Amino acid sequence: MSATPARTSARTRISTRAVAVGIFVVTVILAGVVSFYAASTPDGLTKVSEDEGFADTETEHGTGDGPFAGYGSSFIDDERLSGGVAGVVGVVVVLALAGGLTLVLRRRSPESGHGSGHTAESTSS
Amino acid sequence: MHVPDGFLDAPTSVATGVVAAGVVATSLRKARAELDDRTAPLAGLVAAFIFATQMLNFPVAGGTSGHLMGGAIAAVLVGPWTGLLATAVVFLVQSLLFADGGITALGTNVLLMGAVTVAVGWGVFRAVQTVLPKTTAMVPIAAGIGAFASVPVASVAFVGLYAVGGTADIPLDNLTTAMVGVHLLIGVGEGIITFLAVGSVIAVRPDLVHGARRVLEARELEVRTTRAAA
Repeated sequence: MSATPARTSARTRISTRAVAVGIFVVTVILAGVVSFYAASTPDGLTKVSEDEGFADTETEHGTGDGPFAGYGSSFIDDERLSGGVAGVVGVVVVLALAGGLTLVLRRRSPESGHGSGHTAESTSS
Repeated sequence: MHVPDGFLDAPTSVATGVVAAGVVATSLRKARAELDDRTAPLAGLVAAFIFATQMLNFPVAGGTSGHLMGGAIAAVLVGPWTGLLATAVVFLVQSLLFADGGITALGTNVLLMGAVTVAVGWGVFRAVQTVLPKTTAMVPIAAGIGAFASVPVASVAFVGLYAVGGTADIPLDNLTTAMVGVHLLIGVGEGIITFLAVGSVIAVRPDLVHGARRVLEARELEVRTTRAAA
């Protein structure tokens, strides 16, 4: 085995940026295109609630008449486009919220000294 | 398994909301330790990926479908606390923007599909990891097994909540059988998707996968020891 600590510098490793772009592209394709082909039968809980007879206890949803309710875009007629746009909007909103949150959490903690010293790469040896 | 408004009564929904808020608050504190230069940029993307994958209902037996819950995948990729936050953001956006999952049931959904699947997914992943060989190739397998286990457990947790605060009088044994039965099948899908997704990242950059760290560190120690001995 060649002694290559995978953690620090593999020979030609794919950059973190490239991995991030790759995940983003796959995510947008899944939400924007592939989602059209998803099964439209009721999901596990919905089906069970129908079979066991408590589906009708569901009450009206507070944002049920929003522009993207039910993963469609109410302002677009074409079914494929309507769902695709809603999916991409969702991806962008989730990415902004979750990405922003982790960014804030990270900035507020300038190198906590606990744990296994993952952040100390630059100062080793 | 998004719980809509009305399935659970108000006291139960308030209680799950309070507990979920506590879990999120704890996660906000603990996630900082997980968010280093490598995982932080990926956490938001993992949340977006889970959102996208939850749109992809796959058919299971008898006119029923299921979709990813995502707790295991998130925990293995970015760590359990960050993973909980990622799933919570997904459920928040789904409820408010897409009317998927009740607004009063947001706490319930964060607990059932977030906290339970993160805890079970991560716990089983860790347990399986200690048994399997310590190689990065085993990480996606352990993740898939954790993901598979997390879904039926979440469905049992729903039955537990329904027993406490369900708004209809449903025989619990029937409910349990029906919920666990269908969610065992959905769990298989969860396991496969998790195996593929974690496997894809492991293939290109194993060091970016939170759940692979122990394996990589152990390997590095071995390399050092061998060098020292030589």
